[in-house]
Amino acid sequence: MTALATAAVGFEDDLDSEFTARADSGPRARWRRIGRDLGNGILVLWGAATLTFFAVNAMPGNPAVAMAGGAGSHPSKALIAAVTREYGFDKPLIVQYFTYLSQVVQGHLGFSASQKEQVTTVISQSIWPTITLTLTALALAWLIAIASCLITVRRRRVVSSLGSGLEVFAASLPQYWLGIVLLEVFAFTLGWIPATGGTGIIGLILPALTLAIPLGGFLSQVTRDEFEAALEQPFVVSARARGMSDRAVRLRHALRHAILPGLSLSGWALGALISGAVIVETLFSRNGLGGILLVGVSQQDMPLTVGVTLIVALTYVIAGLVVDALYLLVDPRLRAR
Amino acid sequence: MTAINSRSSVAAVARAATFRGTSLRLPRPGPLLAVLFLLFLVVAVVDPSLLTRYQPLAINPAHSLEPPSFTHWFGTDPSGRDIFARVVYGAAPSLSIGVAATALALVLAITLGLIGGLGGRFVDGVVSRVLEVLFAFPALLLALLFVTIFGASVTSLIVSVGLGSAPGYARMVRGQVIAVKSAPYIKASRVLGHSRARILRQSILPNAMRPLLVLGTLGIGQSIVWASSLSFLGLGAAPPAPEWGAMLAAGRDFISSAWWAELFPGAVIVLVTLATTSLGRYVQRRLEGRDAGT
Repeated sequence: MTALATAAVGFEDDLDSEFTARADSGPRARWRRIGRDLGNGILVLWGAATLTFFAVNAMPGNPAVAMAGGAGSHPSKALIAAVTREYGFDKPLIVQYFTYLSQVVQGHLGFSASQKEQVTTVISQSIWPTITLTLTALALAWLIAIASCLITVRRRRVVSSLGSGLEVFAASLPQYWLGIVLLEVFAFTLGWIPATGGTGIIGLILPALTLAIPLGGFLSQVTRDEFEAALEQPFVVSARARGMSDRAVRLRHALRHAILPGLSLSGWALGALISGAVIVETLFSRNGLGGILLVGVSQQDMPLTVGVTLIVALTYVIAGLVVDALYLLVDPRLRAR
Repeated sequence: MTAINSRSSVAAVARAATFRGTSLRLPRPGPLLAVLFLLFLVVAVVDPSLLTRYQPLAINPAHSLEPPSFTHWFGTDPSGRDIFARVVYGAAPSLSIGVAATALALVLAITLGLIGGLGGRFVDGVVSRVLEVLFAFPALLLALLFVTIFGASVTSLIVSVGLGSAPGYARMVRGQVIAVKSAPYIKASRVLGHSRARILRQSILPNAMRPLLVLGTLGIGQSIVWASSLSFLGLGAAPPAPEWGAMLAAGRDFISSAWWAELFPGAVIVLVTLATTSLGRYVQRRLEGRDAGT
């Protein structure tokens, strides 16, 4: 996983401030909060689109040439001039920007020159494999994290050290390298799983594991710290005093607390998984947004690149809202108010 | 009163530690191994010829794709170059990319975090929104765009990795600055009539930056993984250079016939990340006064 460690700490700060913010929340404050989140979400989408728009336009080379088939196909001057006029490349950049923005606001993501199709069509064709991949990976990562914590936190010293050691190891694995090693072992040497082109669940196993193992190790580290802290809380002592078994204490009391920081990271992790999907989809020759993004950038296809960026930013925003809702589910203290 | 309390609790912790027979003085195997490995890397950076007698770029077609042996510890690549030598000589470029990217990220983060944390409501709002946008922006896309605009080079690699990881640190610095800003010792310092610049330099900066030391250590490993991912996608160092990510990208085509060309450079990256992470966490735990055991 990339730069996960850095992201975590920032989020933990946010977590604290959100707790205090929620502590004095009535219905009105909650509506205000939802309004603020929505405003923030729109701002994030606008920022991401703007950044990408200007970055793609800052790329060297004439976008009209790229649109007319690329420099390699030697488009005629007349064709380039026609494309320039049709797409308004002769207008000032800022005019192009506002024209494009007003289209996007109306729901038109534009036409992808490299795919010869509407951007919405291209995205709708490639989004599902990526969503399946990233959600499966996120679920697997949580499974790894929770299992590792339940099994190894505060056990015999050897077991605890082994658990935390494995977590650090898993989190250190570069995705592409892990993917290659998994491919080599399970596809080429053992022959259990086809290397590429496997459809359905079989084809999903290796790519999802490639994304899930480093993320799982990382989520596990965050969860472990919280789990350890939770097991020392007075409510754990009182639960044990009531005669609750160790397993029940862990499952019913400690786990709830322990998953909160990881949960608040999950929204961001989903965004990061899409970055990872670019690498994994390339490696396993899977269809998906990652490949589309690579094509968009390399072909200077502005509408396509901005379109994919918007989808990723939207995922991030929606995931944030879902995480908020899950918080209510996991932490009954928030529901009581 | 509080001073006495905290002192007695320190004593209690110390007693408990000796009572359980856990000695905090003995170095743990993990951090110790990490330090040893990092020392090895320092030698590889300073004078790689001490560690291997082969040259990283010396082609020897007669010994192409040889498996690991006593003469070639990590085997050879398709051009017959010694992979161990390439890994050793690759330490300098790969590590400097990681360190430089982390340093850049930290500088950006400290600037943004200080502006956000010390600025007024409006300034803080703007900085927070900017960070939010950068967070939602897929880091890989940022790197892709950057490298496409400025061309694939080691510098682009450093800048794009630094830019990509800055928002995470910046959020943290901002949080720290806000927490430190209202600490009693800042008030005391103000009462003593110290200038704003002096308070910033003597009190806010050192206290807000302390956690960054650990994070920076953790970040170096992550930056190396990041940078090597980009090299792997062909966005970084050019192929013949012995940079770890570029070596991985080159080895990928021979994975079925020559696993060693892919395994060893990757394993070294994993080891660097492991070493920096375990060392960083160890220091973190020591600073927080927790048992450094796990």
